[in-house]
Amino acid sequence: MKTLRDTWLVFQRNLGLTLRNPAWSVIGVVQPLLYLLLFAPLLKSIATAQGFPSGGAYNVFVPGLLIQLGLFGAAFVGFSLIAEVRYGVVERLQVTPVSRLALLLGRALRDVLILLIQSLMLVLLSLPFGLDIHPAGLLVVLGLLALIGLLMASCSYALALWLKSEDALAPFLTTVTLPLLLLSGVLLPLSLAPAWLRHIAAFNPLAYAVDAARAIFNDHLGDTSVIKGIAITAALAIIALVVSARSFGRTVA
Amino acid sequence: MIATHDEHPRTDGAMIETHDLRRTFKARRGDVEAVAGVDLRVAAGELFGFLGPNGAGKTTTLRMLATLLPPTGGDAIVAGCDLRREPQHVRERIGYVGQRGSTDPAITGRTELVFQGRLYGMSAAQAKRRADDLLVVLELEAAADRPTGTYSGGQRRRLDIGLGLIHGPQVLFLDEPTTGLDPQSRARLWDEVRRLRDGGTTVFLTTHYLEEADALCDRLAIIDHGRIVAEGTPDQLKRQIAGDIVTLGITGDPQAALDLLGCQPFVRETGAEDGALRLYVDRGETAMPAILRLLDGAGLELRTISLTRPSLDDVFLRQTGRSLREPAA
Repeated sequence: MKTLRDTWLVFQRNLGLTLRNPAWSVIGVVQPLLYLLLFAPLLKSIATAQGFPSGGAYNVFVPGLLIQLGLFGAAFVGFSLIAEVRYGVVERLQVTPVSRLALLLGRALRDVLILLIQSLMLVLLSLPFGLDIHPAGLLVVLGLLALIGLLMASCSYALALWLKSEDALAPFLTTVTLPLLLLSGVLLPLSLAPAWLRHIAAFNPLAYAVDAARAIFNDHLGDTSVIKGIAITAALAIIALVVSARSFGRTVA
Repeated sequence: MIATHDEHPRTDGAMIETHDLRRTFKARRGDVEAVAGVDLRVAAGELFGFLGPNGAGKTTTLRMLATLLPPTGGDAIVAGCDLRREPQHVRERIGYVGQRGSTDPAITGRTELVFQGRLYGMSAAQAKRRADDLLVVLELEAAADRPTGTYSGGQRRRLDIGLGLIHGPQVLFLDEPTTGLDPQSRARLWDEVRRLRDGGTTVFLTTHYLEEADALCDRLAIIDHGRIVAEGTPDQLKRQIAGDIVTLGITGDPQAALDLLGCQPFVRETGAEDGALRLYVDRGETAMPAILRLLDGAGLELRTISLTRPSLDDVFLRQTGRSLREPAA
């Protein structure tokens, strides 16, 4: 009860801070939009190639773009926390009886909300290109994205509290997110990949999320890949939440 | 949500009590003992100061008492609650104002205060009312609805203190509250801290300013290298070290005066240089009339007489062998 209330308070405060500069949230959609406009047309010509999943270029590509949005949208939220540590805000909050989980969850849920709004924008903008999705499928995909948002935001905040410096966090995140992205099959399906690459990608949890999202967009809601993708992401999100919430309980300076 | 203060009746007059409190930091070249066994007792309602140079362990001790840093040894009772076992109860009862500030530059002072109040379990209306009251008391009404990034150093520090006071804590910890403030803001802050103490709040502050410790604190502890080297009221501390110093200028033979005064019971020590006579006495204000009478009776003519009191710097010097005075402090 107290944790819920505290989470709501922290959520409100941080959402207010984000809405002070809503432009940044809109800009977050620009990059996937550019992929949609400038890269997806290339896929049209190879959508018939052997190994390319069925469903049409946009129904294969947009789910990947959404996962990419989740990855990059939430991975860099730690920067704002480093600023808050520097202002002394985090230390001030730690002296209050506020729930440590709420300090994380209030922030991460703000990030999830922004991510879901961005995702909806991207889906709506993709419809004129020929994207075809069932409303039920859209809901499940948004649920999957919420889990990815929680996972990435929690990791980002934990890293921020650990590294405490933008100069360290930036190269760290870039180094981690790029292979995650390349090995997830977001840009081109991994079904096109040689066997050794697919074996490496099997260790990338994000690849399962992409598989799940594609199955959902192809109206295969009951597919095992959907259950697998959601279960793996959910399990990792819970671990990340616990680890990150604990780092909010530790000394920050 | 805010528990009643009566459920932990373990205070018996002490608001803070520590036993052998320690904090060791792991460093590449072995462990560093930042706080090496501190025993403290701060009475309820006291304005207590922690005086020491930078790096002496003041902030580390304060951060431990405020639940921000777990001790590596010893224990402490703060506001009736066990620091190690009941940090959550300690948090409900204390306020803490760090050195570095505590506000987001994009958020207004009023919003910060209301949010802080809500975190201590107040309803929105309660928190708003409390924020309004504090803004008046701290003279921040005019700045209340501006982002804190636009505040002056003094305004921001007052807001920090307001945030620490929002829930009416029993103890307020202030870490170097006046560092970086101009003399006017500092004087104003001193008044604020005294008002707090007069209102019944126990105040525990750290400082490396001698004047601040001297002028502000009821009682203080001098800390160096993680250990308390002296403790008492500013007057006690100064008296225990050297007593007062009476300097006499004598016309004629100073030796006669020295022989006469040196054997008096109230004179602890004597010294002479450049024709001036220095007497270390317990209490200068009672010794001076006696000295005047004795010299007069012996027919010795006195040219000048002055009384100097030892400063806390003399105390620090005597205990640590170093001066606390820093250039351009």
